[in-house]
Amino acid sequence: MTQRTHDVVVIGSGPGGLAAAIAARQAGAEDVLIIERGLEMGGILLQCIHHGFGTQTFQEDLPGPAYAQRFVDEARELGIQAMLDTMVLDITRDRRITVTSQESGFLELDARAIVLAMGCRERTRAQIRLPGSRPAGVYTAGTAQRFVNVEGYMPGRRFVILGSGDIGMIMARRLTFEGAQVERVLEIMPYLSGLMRNYVQCLLDFDIPLQLRHTVSRIVGQRRVEAVETVAVDERWAPIPGTQETIPCDTLLLSVGLIPENELSRKAGVAIDPVTGGPFVDDGFQTNVPGIFAAGNVVHVYDLVDWVTEAGTTAGRRAAAHALAQRRPARNPVQTRAGDNIRYVVPHTIDPEALTEEGVRLQVRVRQPIEKPVWVEVWTGEERITRSAERYVRPGEMVTVILAQKAYDAVRKAQELTVRVVER
Amino acid sequence: MVEKTNLICVSCPMGCTLEVTHDGKTVLETTGNTCKRGLSYAKAEISDPRRMIATTVRVRGGEHPLVPVYTTAPFPKPRIRELLDQLRAIELDAPVQLDQPVLTNALGTGVDVRASRKLAAA
Repeated sequence: MTQRTHDVVVIGSGPGGLAAAIAARQAGAEDVLIIERGLEMGGILLQCIHHGFGTQTFQEDLPGPAYAQRFVDEARELGIQAMLDTMVLDITRDRRITVTSQESGFLELDARAIVLAMGCRERTRAQIRLPGSRPAGVYTAGTAQRFVNVEGYMPGRRFVILGSGDIGMIMARRLTFEGAQVERVLEIMPYLSGLMRNYVQCLLDFDIPLQLRHTVSRIVGQRRVEAVETVAVDERWAPIPGTQETIPCDTLLLSVGLIPENELSRKAGVAIDPVTGGPFVDDGFQTNVPGIFAAGNVVHVYDLVDWVTEAGTTAGRRAAAHALAQRRPARNPVQTRAGDNIRYVVPHTIDPEALTEEGVRLQVRVRQPIEKPVWVEVWTGEERITRSAERYVRPGEMVTVILAQKAYDAVRKAQELTVRVVER
Repeated sequence: MVEKTNLICVSCPMGCTLEVTHDGKTVLETTGNTCKRGLSYAKAEISDPRRMIATTVRVRGGEHPLVPVYTTAPFPKPRIRELLDQLRAIELDAPVQLDQPVLTNALGTGVDVRASRKLAAA
């Protein structure tokens, strides 16, 4: 076994990992290494061939692979090393990383700082307990996306999609482009879980019907999916008798949520927030384990890659500072709390000693949609320190409130900050 | 006849709900937009709806069998099928460069189709 010590090791080369590695290098870390499980860098962006990436970062509307390419090229130009086709098996609290690959064999690496950027995984059939037989032809939407966009396989001809997440809607359009019939998109919630723009340009444009408050009650077929039975549900997701319908199809795609991928984080002793499924982080995306940072969908699931890049940049910069021993441990962190109609707030804590010029971005998701103008307010005790006007809030669309420099005095004095939504 | 149509702007992920007052294909007033892209979207959507299109084309001898391609500008919505049919007939040779032209002035619309990644030869 060989031993090497790196300034910053980044686990994963999706948008979060690439941004972190680049920012770490630019902030003065000399020896930055990316470890990637796949054969090439770019992560899931490589299969996201649709437009919509980079509208915030570059003010351009790029396809996923083109967005990734810019960062891959920049990482190469900066001399960032990458181990591809390499699996991380273990990470310890004192930042020893065990990896294996065909090329390197079994290897242990040490890092002065680590950025976890493993992204997320799709929720599977088993996790939503779909009844019925277990034939071929049930895929997660992202798996089907990889088949169609990268590997050149069509997973079926006649589809039903369960879940109105963005990947499911985008796949509905993509499969239609490739000549398949998409019979229907079903959503158990009373509202869309993806972005409205995808409802318009992926479903409405191609007359693909969306049924809210509906789910799959049974999968029919022995060797291959032959049909799915659907049913309307009430507010508590209980099936409404008499609403069953059988839709003939050969493939069922699941777009029913993403879960941050934190098996390695847990091994390293990183504490996980049960609400987000990702690590508790401070405003520099440091976890509870000093020197271990986390960025992107591994922390909480974003709806825009641009925010993932931004998070990666912050985490990478702070990881470099840690590696270069410039960063002190956080003193008396200020807690953030989810108030009225807020499901969660990221970051979970703010280091009052490390506030920077750019302001602190609080990113929240609401519990219930409110289709009218609201304030998203930040309170410390009795004082409202900032608020942001939104024309509506929806659980599917993340809301960002920025704590600007003028709020810093209040932040420094606070024990905790509460974010809440009120109607305007 | 002056009528009102509700649209959802697809120019960016914000997805603003627009209320467009128009006389046939002439837009008189647009409300609900957050930025000026909403105004041009409303105008285009009423008179000449267009969409950004992304698909794949076949590649000979590449490290993947396909390369993703994209339109560099919004493409007329009624002609999407025709465009896809034309792209389905194209086969490139690896290696492919980022932004390599795949189809120039597609169907005479002035819109180009380009590769959205590099693809090395296998």
